[in-house]
Amino acid sequence: MERRPVKFEVILAGFGGQGILFAGNLLAQAGMEAGLRVTFLPVYGPEMRGGTCNCTVVLSDREIASPVVTRPRALVIMNLPSFEKFVPRLKPRGLAVVNENLVPRERAAEFPGRRFLFLPADDLAEEEGAPGLANMAALGALVAATRVVPPEKVLSGLQSLLPEHRRHLLEPNRRVFNRGYEFALRNSATASER
Amino acid sequence: MKPVLVKGSEAIALGALEAGCRCYFGYPITPQNEIPELMARELPKRGGVFLQAESELAAVNMLLGAVSTGVRAMTSSSSPGISLMAETFSYLAALELPAVVVNVSRGGPGLGGIEASQGDYFQATRGAGHGDYHFLVLSPASVQEAYELTAKAFELSEKYRQPAMILTDALLGQMKEPLLPRRLRVREYPKDWALTGARGRPARVLKSLFLGPGELRARNELLQKKYRAMRREARAEVLYAEGAELAVCAFGSLSRIVKEAVEMARKKGYPVAFVRPITLFPFPEKPFRELSLRGVRFLVVELNCGQMVEDVKLSVCGRAEVESFALPPSDLPAPEDIYRRIRRCLRKR
Repeated sequence: MERRPVKFEVILAGFGGQGILFAGNLLAQAGMEAGLRVTFLPVYGPEMRGGTCNCTVVLSDREIASPVVTRPRALVIMNLPSFEKFVPRLKPRGLAVVNENLVPRERAAEFPGRRFLFLPADDLAEEEGAPGLANMAALGALVAATRVVPPEKVLSGLQSLLPEHRRHLLEPNRRVFNRGYEFALRNSATASER
Repeated sequence: MKPVLVKGSEAIALGALEAGCRCYFGYPITPQNEIPELMARELPKRGGVFLQAESELAAVNMLLGAVSTGVRAMTSSSSPGISLMAETFSYLAALELPAVVVNVSRGGPGLGGIEASQGDYFQATRGAGHGDYHFLVLSPASVQEAYELTAKAFELSEKYRQPAMILTDALLGQMKEPLLPRRLRVREYPKDWALTGARGRPARVLKSLFLGPGELRARNELLQKKYRAMRREARAEVLYAEGAELAVCAFGSLSRIVKEAVEMARKKGYPVAFVRPITLFPFPEKPFRELSLRGVRFLVVELNCGQMVEDVKLSVCGRAEVESFALPPSDLPAPEDIYRRIRRCLRKR
């Protein structure tokens, strides 16, 4: 586990429909509710369901200049194309939380000097009866492994973000988040070997 | 007061509502649809009017009609839509109407693309339509500033009886940051020109056709006098001027990336200042003039092929070297790209 850094940048990436933007937005909301400065930058382009999708979140206790980040401190990777695109940009000793249901573990060996936390995000969500919420499992793992925001702020952020007519999703989101969180507490990130 | 996490476009709409905007007219276009979306939701609740017009031409002419009655009103669009409105911009300026226009600009020319771009700097600051006129142009760099400058645009447009524009782009329009939706004091100015019905008073006329001898000349001189008076509203953010050898300049959302690059350079000990024009018209000449008198050089970074650099050159009048780092619309630059350019620029001497 790491001490909460002064400035933390994370890129969340996957395909459209995996809840990438929702997870990023939620992390920013949680950061704001924890009293941090935050920026949330969604990719912007003619995207579609099934296409690639990513967003950048910066959390800091000082003014944030650029919301655009080339070399993030952490990644949340939900599919293989995102792994190939973003892991090369990860800062040395940076952490990638990776969905091992869609990215083979052995690919980590290609990137020495980075730390990887593989978790079966889709399986965890499915076990909770919420197959669409793998994003929350990954976010839970990121929050546990980096302590960038207190987990209760993510849960209160969830309440702020979910509109009235989606309140029934609060409980499944919370459960899957907790599964990812607990998974990361039991399985620490491993550095890939040189 | 609790902050809310909103997009730049939403902050613009919230700023307009805070300023008492009563009418919105518009036609959908990416990347600014969050503005009409929020206005459509909020204006009817407040007894206002939201109207999706059949085209940009109709929308801007509805705006002209609404503001000529003295009501606070706005439209928003993105580059190609703004071009369509250009004819009426000229009339808004000629009639001296306090309309507020938002351009969440995108890449051009033509249909271009939908990425962040600053290619409309000339169009915004020089007046997009015909004749000798200017809009008052404000360019926010953060979500909070988008909120506050939009409210300010309403105030200044009434103060000077003058159309005002918020010029921003997809980067700020789409990104979210915490916004403190604090109460803003937006001053009211007498509207002894507004067309409110002439019962019990002499009729008022708003017109832009002047055919009598000397009339049009006098009209133009009056407008120019007003534009000169507006210079006192010029604003800029200036950082690290003390001991600087190079001032790096940028406006709008790109200035955030540039500021990061300046911070990187300063950490390495490079004597670099940061200048961000907040008003694009009137252009904040003063900090540029003052820095140039101290022998500071300039690097102007823009998401276009080099437009604001011309205003910087006019401001320093040949006293200082001005270099352009022009980034035509494509992917956004990284702070590191700009940092490398700063370093190269400093080593050249």
